[in-house]
Amino acid sequence: MTVSTASAPAAAQSGGRFSASSTLVSVIKYALLLVLGFTFALPFIWMLSSALKDDPQVFTIPPIWIPSPMFWENFPNAWTKYDFTRFTFNTIFRYGIPATLGTVLSSAFIAYGFARIKWPGRDVVFAIMMGTLMIPYAVTMVPLFIIFKNLGWLNSYLPLVVPAFFGNPWAIFLLRQFYRGIPSELSEAAKIDGANELGILFRIILPLAGPVLTVIALFTFISTWNDYLAPLIYLNKTELYPIALGVNLLRQAAGQTGTTALVYPHLMAVSAIVTIPVAIAFYFAQRTFIEGVAVTGLKG
Amino acid sequence: MSATIAQPPSKRRSFSKLTFRNTLWGLFFVAPWLIGFVMWTINPMLASLNFSFTHYDLLRPPVPIGIANYVELFTEDPNFGKVIYNTLFYVTLSAPLGVISAFLMAVLLNNKMVARSTFRGIFFFPAIVPAVVTATIWQFLLNTQYGAINGVLRGLGLPVVPFLSNPEMVKPTLILIHVWAQGSAILVFLAALQDVPRMLYEAALVDGASSWERFWNITVPMCTPSILYNVVTAFIAGFQTFTLPFLLVGNGPENSAQMYGAFLYNNAFAFFRMGKASALAWILFVVVVFFTIILFRTSARWVYYGSGDDDR
Repeated sequence: MTVSTASAPAAAQSGGRFSASSTLVSVIKYALLLVLGFTFALPFIWMLSSALKDDPQVFTIPPIWIPSPMFWENFPNAWTKYDFTRFTFNTIFRYGIPATLGTVLSSAFIAYGFARIKWPGRDVVFAIMMGTLMIPYAVTMVPLFIIFKNLGWLNSYLPLVVPAFFGNPWAIFLLRQFYRGIPSELSEAAKIDGANELGILFRIILPLAGPVLTVIALFTFISTWNDYLAPLIYLNKTELYPIALGVNLLRQAAGQTGTTALVYPHLMAVSAIVTIPVAIAFYFAQRTFIEGVAVTGLKG
Repeated sequence: MSATIAQPPSKRRSFSKLTFRNTLWGLFFVAPWLIGFVMWTINPMLASLNFSFTHYDLLRPPVPIGIANYVELFTEDPNFGKVIYNTLFYVTLSAPLGVISAFLMAVLLNNKMVARSTFRGIFFFPAIVPAVVTATIWQFLLNTQYGAINGVLRGLGLPVVPFLSNPEMVKPTLILIHVWAQGSAILVFLAALQDVPRMLYEAALVDGASSWERFWNITVPMCTPSILYNVVTAFIAGFQTFTLPFLLVGNGPENSAQMYGAFLYNNAFAFFRMGKASALAWILFVVVVFFTIILFRTSARWVYYGSGDDDR
């Protein structure tokens, strides 16, 4: 109390000085944000603008930003140029959903053993698990390819989905942080009521973990939606392609000289369509994303 | 349960029984990860180490050739040195530049402002766009003839920049795109910034600290744990960067953009030199571990851990 009264005049004084220059400061801040924001958004504006052009507009110098007329039919035409409906189906139902389920279920289960039960060696095992995040994907890429080849899993989604059911260190880390924050009195009460550890996980912990699980599910799903390298290694039949490899088919067509008309607009149209689900997921989950990172205490 | 509490004499025995029971439960929960760790990490890593001392083309069984793969890489392969140079160039510039710009953007976004979530969205978004799309957009955007950026440069009377076709320009261009896509790092920094006690700023204001002093003496030190986290992540990711350069420029003009990941991928899946690729993988692993240990070792000197956070 004494401190605050003593400092009140000083605070008021500095506050006054601050507000004198604060208009200028906030003008600079907003100008900076607008310029930066526009720069960051520019590639996407270009993508949308190019998706609506025809070939003469694409090859006009200097480039056109607002096409006129706009060719909205580029979107459906690009989509049907290759079997993008199938690629989308593959991505969602053969890869995204199974891998997300696997990651969320296994990580939610495994994290309990690291967070709510004390057992000798636990922290060492946890440290080793976090250490595996340091191992580059390339280190296990070749032998895993050989293992999955010997299992006869090439040209299937099994190599991409099955490992997800054994937990993801990053997801386990986030969940562990969250579980540890839940008061132990809740577990004790459930124990007195005769619940065992499994019962506590399913009846006490998991119902509270919704936001964290959502963040993990979203991140996992988006990473499968975006994944390029793993499908590239394991899938080489076009009908099995996920969306990322499908877009690349179109890119390769664009790279060849003397190609069909409208490659650039179609490429941009497909890119835009592929980006939309990610944008929607992010728009709706932005709060959860940020809070998820904050709540789970990912501070370093 | 109440029965156990009512029998103090057997406390010691029941404690060790409890430990035993907890160990079983603990292992029960952790088992899926342990099994996966052995199957998808330990086993492949050992196999990889083993392959690295063989010649293996997938068609015939591996032939042991000692350290010949390593010798070839370090003494014969003309591309290896170039790839190392490219990767180190990329990592040592992209990691610090990415982290610094992400931090500054997070500080900017942490202010009270109109449309804060829109701005956050714009800055975060490039990080979650599929790499294929990123490569597609930038390839077109940076095109010397029809690209928007060169169009703007031309409009301003400036010379056209061959971003992707000049060996000197490719790597800086890749670094620029990397800096553009720092969303995850920004998010981690935003979370850290929100955790800085307001009290500290109020106290500094009372002491008449300038906004620069508040930034440098409060904001930066309080965020050092997340800076360390982002630096380590950026270095690890930088060393294994693959998809974006690979899609955007392939090996680049005169191999100027062939990164370690792409070199390894090509040896494995284009030339079917599984043994050589495994040797490359192990070299990468050792380098990443080495860099990470160095970063953590030096971190004791510059990372500030606030009290009360560790004993949770």
